[in-house]
Amino acid sequence: MELLNLFLSFLKIGAFTFGGGYAMIPLIEKEVIEVHGWLTAKEFIDILAVVEMTPGPVAINSATFLGYKVGGVLGSILATTAVVLPSVIIIILIAHFLSKFKNSPYVDWAFKGIRPVVLGLIVSASISVAKNAFIDFKSVIIGGVLFYLISFKKLHPILAIILAGAAGVLVY
Amino acid sequence: MYFEMFKAFFKVGAFTIGGGYAMLPFIQDEVVEKHQWLTTEEFLDVLAIAEVTPGPVAVNTSTYVGYKLKGVKGAIVCTLGTILPSFLIILLIVTSLWKYRNNPVIDKAFLGIRPAVAALIFTAVYKLARKMDISKYMLVISVLTVLAVAFIDISPIVVILVSAFGAIGYYKFKENK
Repeated sequence: MELLNLFLSFLKIGAFTFGGGYAMIPLIEKEVIEVHGWLTAKEFIDILAVVEMTPGPVAINSATFLGYKVGGVLGSILATTAVVLPSVIIIILIAHFLSKFKNSPYVDWAFKGIRPVVLGLIVSASISVAKNAFIDFKSVIIGGVLFYLISFKKLHPILAIILAGAAGVLVY
Repeated sequence: MYFEMFKAFFKVGAFTIGGGYAMLPFIQDEVVEKHQWLTTEEFLDVLAIAEVTPGPVAVNTSTYVGYKLKGVKGAIVCTLGTILPSFLIILLIVTSLWKYRNNPVIDKAFLGIRPAVAALIFTAVYKLARKMDISKYMLVISVLTVLAVAFIDISPIVVILVSAFGAIGYYKFKENK
């Protein structure tokens, strides 16, 4: 019964959060702490801190983590599957629909209008990341040097993350 | 081909720290530059779809790319690739590494990694903008979007829908003239 509740909770979280990642946190908090009482608020904050530091989408990490807390490995599989299921179904339907209407001028016009907006959205996202990342002079230097190396010297993004971690350990 | 797809998205899932748009430079690197499964325009279209549909942006993007390449099977393969690294790493943490979470070395490494994530996203914007050959009117729309979303806190979904219907209206009007 608890496992069924877990599955349904994360299905809800997957189906109703737009924008991904951090937009999910308030809903996860409500389901996990208020509705089902699976965790205390303190435990939830600890988990979020770890989720933020581990690679991968925040929603997936949270689902795997909380699923494990509630129902072990089986719980983590159920919660993770539930959180991605709505996205996967909706996206397949949209992709199917768009491939049928790809010659429609309306679809073409809509995307022409949307492209500059998406570029603006990415800039907005980088502004909010930058606000948390550039906390002092050292962090601005790390960011600036890496931007130069990635953009103009073809440094691989994965290598950039590893270098940045090492630089952080050295200078702080 | 399935293995290539799985590997590409496994890398995206394994190295994206911070969620959301932090995965964008990695997806761009694998999907647009290395494998050329999508053009720059298609990539932006997928991002728009990922933004207006519920769920994590990385999952939405991998499902879409997978479906486009190999149908439903492809969608499942790419999505599994994206979520498997997180799933395994989190299980490893809860079962054995939880006690190291307050280690100061990890905190220091993250002080360095956060600016790197910002630099990666800036690079993605720079690369996309350079390839798109942006007209003056497009630049105005991009700047207005930043103002609306980053400073006035208007939902990205609203901005996307308004611009989609606005563009349809504009081109329809131009066609009828």
